[in-house]
This record gives sequence, structure tokens and C-alpha cells, in this order.
Amino acid sequence: MWWSHVLQQGQFTNPETPGYVGFANLPNQVHRKSVKKGFEFTLMVVGESGLGKSTLINSLFLTDLYPERIIPGAAEKIERTVQIEASTVEIEERGVKLRLTVVDTPGYGDAINSQDCFSTIIAYIDDQFERYLHDESGLNRRHIVDNRVHCCFYFISPLGHGLKPLDVQFMKAIHNKVNVVPVIAKADTLTLRERERLKRRILDEIDEHSIKIYHLPDAESDEDEEFKEQTRTLKASIPFAVVGSNQQIEAKGKKVRGRLYPWGVVEVENPEHNDFLKLRTMLITHMQDLQEVTQDLHYENFRSERLKRGGRFELLEVPPDPIFLLLQLALFHFSSQLSTALP
Amino acid sequence: HYYCRQSESIGSTLLGYIGIDTIIEQMRKKTMKAGFDFNIMIVGHSGLGKSTLVNTLFKSQVSRWSSGWGGEHKIPKTVEIKAVSHVIEEGGVKMKLTVIDTPGFGDQINNENCWDPISKYINEQYEKFLKEEVNIARKKRIPDTRVHCCLYFISPTGHSLRQLDIEFMKHLSRVVNIIPVIAKSDTMTPDEKNEFKHRVRKELETHGIEYYPQNEFDDDMEDKNENDKIREAMPFAVVGSDKEFQVNGKRVLGRKTAWGVVEVENPNHCEFALLRDFLIRSHLQDLKEVTHNIHYETYRARRLNDNGGLHPISANNTQESNL
Repeated sequence: MWWSHVLQQGQFTNPETPGYVGFANLPNQVHRKSVKKGFEFTLMVVGESGLGKSTLINSLFLTDLYPERIIPGAAEKIERTVQIEASTVEIEERGVKLRLTVVDTPGYGDAINSQDCFSTIIAYIDDQFERYLHDESGLNRRHIVDNRVHCCFYFISPLGHGLKPLDVQFMKAIHNKVNVVPVIAKADTLTLRERERLKRRILDEIDEHSIKIYHLPDAESDEDEEFKEQTRTLKASIPFAVVGSNQQIEAKGKKVRGRLYPWGVVEVENPEHNDFLKLRTMLITHMQDLQEVTQDLHYENFRSERLKRGGRFELLEVPPDPIFLLLQLALFHFSSQLSTALP
Repeated sequence: HYYCRQSESIGSTLLGYIGIDTIIEQMRKKTMKAGFDFNIMIVGHSGLGKSTLVNTLFKSQVSRWSSGWGGEHKIPKTVEIKAVSHVIEEGGVKMKLTVIDTPGFGDQINNENCWDPISKYINEQYEKFLKEEVNIARKKRIPDTRVHCCLYFISPTGHSLRQLDIEFMKHLSRVVNIIPVIAKSDTMTPDEKNEFKHRVRKELETHGIEYYPQNEFDDDMEDKNENDKIREAMPFAVVGSDKEFQVNGKRVLGRKTAWGVVEVENPNHCEFALLRDFLIRSHLQDLKEVTHNIHYETYRARRLNDNGGLHPISANNTQESNL
């Protein structure tokens, strides 16, 4: 194969202009297929009980993901270990389908001794990777379901002076497996100054402990100024300090989502009151990137570690022959089929 | 282990606008930036205007016989595979187009198994992709050299398909997307053309040759309806040209004869425009997807089945690829 120099065709506005081939229509073809296929996204939420996680999730997607909630009492909570609850909902907007799975982790941090409370969560994340690796190595790949966790919102209590030891330990344990987005919960307990101080404190501690949180990519040079400004604002507001609410309150003559206090109304969607809108904007505009980082970084890390560990065969130090690797994968696939399936 | 509770609800109603549809726009921007690869193979004996047609399709000198090569078209002794890549840009979309020519095909006295080098090349590209895919440290974007489309040129004899045409398409239609075209169709009158097309289609059917778009891969009713119309109009009878002439005050691509100008893009003269719209404007992405999701997967499954299974591997066991 040899390359020729880049042949430039001018920008054509009239499709029937001589010189117009028509492959500029390719993005539309891709678009049409994407709309038909729809998207899958898995969001995990982790944090102690009572930090407003469920309320926030409902607010984010303007849908009631948890319609019948029974809040367990303290006695019940002590005995429980961390559970994994996955709820899937299909949302459609302007013809685009999103299959959203929210993975809740009730029981996290509730026990008196929270020493081991996140091994369950890590096992869940790894299991989704394992499942995907298995499917990807299999024979029938037409309908692989992607249940890998694309993003984890970690809820930090606004009552402390920064990160707690549990917060640090947990984030360090999962930052190489999932995109971590730290969120300051129930931000209406803080004044604006206290909020800024807490944010700075948290960022310092994240740095100090070398915790890798999800980094928003910088806006590309060819994006418009508005988008660039939006990206800058988002980056400057991390970690987001949010308030959630399912109630509509009357304020300034209109109905808003908010919390009614004797001293005023906290409006969820008011950017001056909290970062809720920023969190939502970040999630939606970066959904694709979150999936890509999960696929290209976290999943590939898992996969290479897993393959190196191997099923029944140890890989040689010498770079393996690709056909040997293929055999390895095939055997990995068949031997996994023989082992017990996940409950 | 752990207990995992799953719940599912369909068709949740939203209580406001979130912006999920903007995800499509994000994807579109990303794919546009990344650019597209498209690999097209042209097969047919010499003199059928293959190179001219490809140049006409992409409105650039993309085939082997670009102006830099000089006029000599020597017929090689065996079938050769010659791939040439160009990057072309249109409306902000960059495409790396690779045209794979197969000189020598059908030109020998004895053309038995002359499709073997072609089959080998196609499978080699699948193998290359597979090797990269199973690598421990694999590339983020695996370079795609697989043949997405094979344009097969039928000689406009006016009678029927030749034995070689049938054999080639039978062997290769299960391995790659084949789009048969009737070359140099300006040698036939409209009636002769219709009769020939009809006869060719019947023969393809008789021999069970599934050309692209294949019936069995229609995704849904919408696709099926659209593709049915296309299948019934195939094979497209085309004319290629890279010369422009003045007709009725407009400049058109065509062939000037003593009795008139054959206009390449005039649907009354030939079906070039139909082929172009079908190949480039509506089905380009689908050609790639069928190659990846069907043909490549078939190859991969065969490889896994041949080499996998539960027999132990000995140190001397070297498997040869099915090339």
C-alpha cells in the first residue's frame, strides 16, 4: 500500500454541485443507526444512608426510580451488610432511547465497623467486567449487553471537615476500576463560604492521597466559545455541591423543585443555590466520554490483568504468539462456561 | 458472594427535558473527528472500466490508474492484489479510502481458481484484525483493512452470466459483501439492458448467490422495504467517465460519441447515480457494519472452533491459519 498526499475537496453546499460525492452524509448514516440502537449507561451511587442519594437520582432524571421506598430503622441497618440494588429504566427523549441502570449500594458505611463494606461493591464492578470479557471472547457476540459501571457518584457528607478515612479508602480502592465523581451531598446545610472551603479541603485531600477522580476533558479548540466556557465552569466547580428534591414548591410566583424552610426556599435548579444543574449537565454532556474511558482505560486494565493471570495456562515471559493467545481465549471462554454462574 | 436485586421498568415518562438526545450529537462529533475508513475491492476482467468507474464514484483519481502511472496496462500472469489509499475530505468529513484492484482476474487462458488470491487477501485482513483484537495490550482503534465491499463487474454481453462470474460470486458472497454491476452499459439499448438485468438476477437467484444487501441481514421492516427496492433494481447498469462535456448549457460527466453524449449522472442514460447514492450516500456505514458484525464474526467463530475445544495443547502444536 502506498499513500498519496491528502486530496482536498472544497466545501460544497449544493449536493448536485459537480465534485460532490456524498460521503459527507456518513455521519447521518451513523446517527440513524445510533438512534435505532439507543444507549446503555450504568451509574453507581455510593454513600452513607441519609445523604439524599435516592432523592438526587430521582431529581437528575426527573423520574421516580424508587417509587415505594421503605426506609429501614437503625436496628435493621446494623445487621445488614452492603447490598447491591440495580434498577433499570428506559428513558426516551426526542426519539433517542437511553437504557439507564442505577446501581445503589444501601448499607455502605452503616455498620458500626465499616471495615469491609466495600469489598462487595468492588466484587460487583469486577463481575461486570468479567461478564463482559467472557461475552466478548465468546462465539456469539451480536447482542452483548454492557452492564459495566460507567460512572460512580461518591457522596460526601457536608457535616465533616473534608474526607473521612472511609471516603479515602473507598475511593482509592475503586479509582482504577471506575470513573469516580465526588459529590457533596445536602449542600443546603452549608453557607456559600463554608461550601467553598469544604470543596478546597476535599480537593487538597484528593491530591494528598493521590486519588484519581474523573477528569473532564478540555474542550476541543474547534468548539464554540459557549461550550468552552461551560467546560471551564464545570471543571472549576468540582466537587459538585448538590441538593435534591422531589417536591414542587411555590417560589417567586412559579413552581420550582425545592426544599421549603422557614427562612426561604432552596431551589434545586438554581445555579446560585447549588451545583445540581452543573452535575446534570456534566453527566449528560460527558456520558459518551465516561463510557469511552470505562472501555479504553478501566476495562482494558482489567482485561490485561485478567489475561495475564490466565485461566489454566500461565503466559510465558516471551510475548505470546497471537494464535496461542487465541487458543487461550477460547479455552478461557469454554472453561468459564463450566464454572458456576453468578447467582 | 453478594446478593444483587434487580428491577426493571420500561418506558418511564419524563417530567421535563434532560438532554439525552444531545448524546447523539456528541457521538457524531466524535466519529467525525476520528474519520472513516472505507475499503473497496474491484473485481472483473480487464477492459470493463473498473478504474474509471471508481474514479467517477469518488470524483477523484483514487484508483491505481491515476494520471501518474502512464498508459500501459500490462496484464499480469497471475492475479495480483494492489491496494491504494487516499484521504478524501468532504463537508468536514475525512475518509481514508482504499481501493483494492485485482488485475489479472479473468484474463488468463485458464482461469480456474483465479479467485484464490482474492479469497486469501480477504481472509488475511480478517486475520490481521483478529490478531490485534485478542492482543493483551491492544490498540484503542484497531486499523481496519478488511474489505467492506467488493464491486463485481459483469461484462455486458447481453446474454447471461459467465461461468466465472457465477463461480466467483458463489465462493465469495459468504465471505464479503458483493455488489454486482453491469459494466459499460452504454453498449446496450434500454430494452436489451432490462432483459439482461432480469436474466442476470434470475441466474443469481438460481445459484443461491446472496449479493449485498443480503435478505437475511435486514434489521427491521423499514430496512427490508428499502432494501427490497434496491435488490430488485440490482445489478445496476453503469457507465463511468472522468471527462466533462457541455450538454444543454450544463457541464456533465459523460462519453461523447458521434450520435450523442452518454451522460453518466442522467438516470435515463444509466444507473450510475443509483449506484452512487446506494453505495455512498445511504449504505456506506451499513456495508462496514455487515462486514464487522457478520462476515468478520463468521471468520472469528470458525477460527475459535478450529483451534479451541477442550483438547490439551502440546508444546509443538502450531496451528496454521486458514488462509
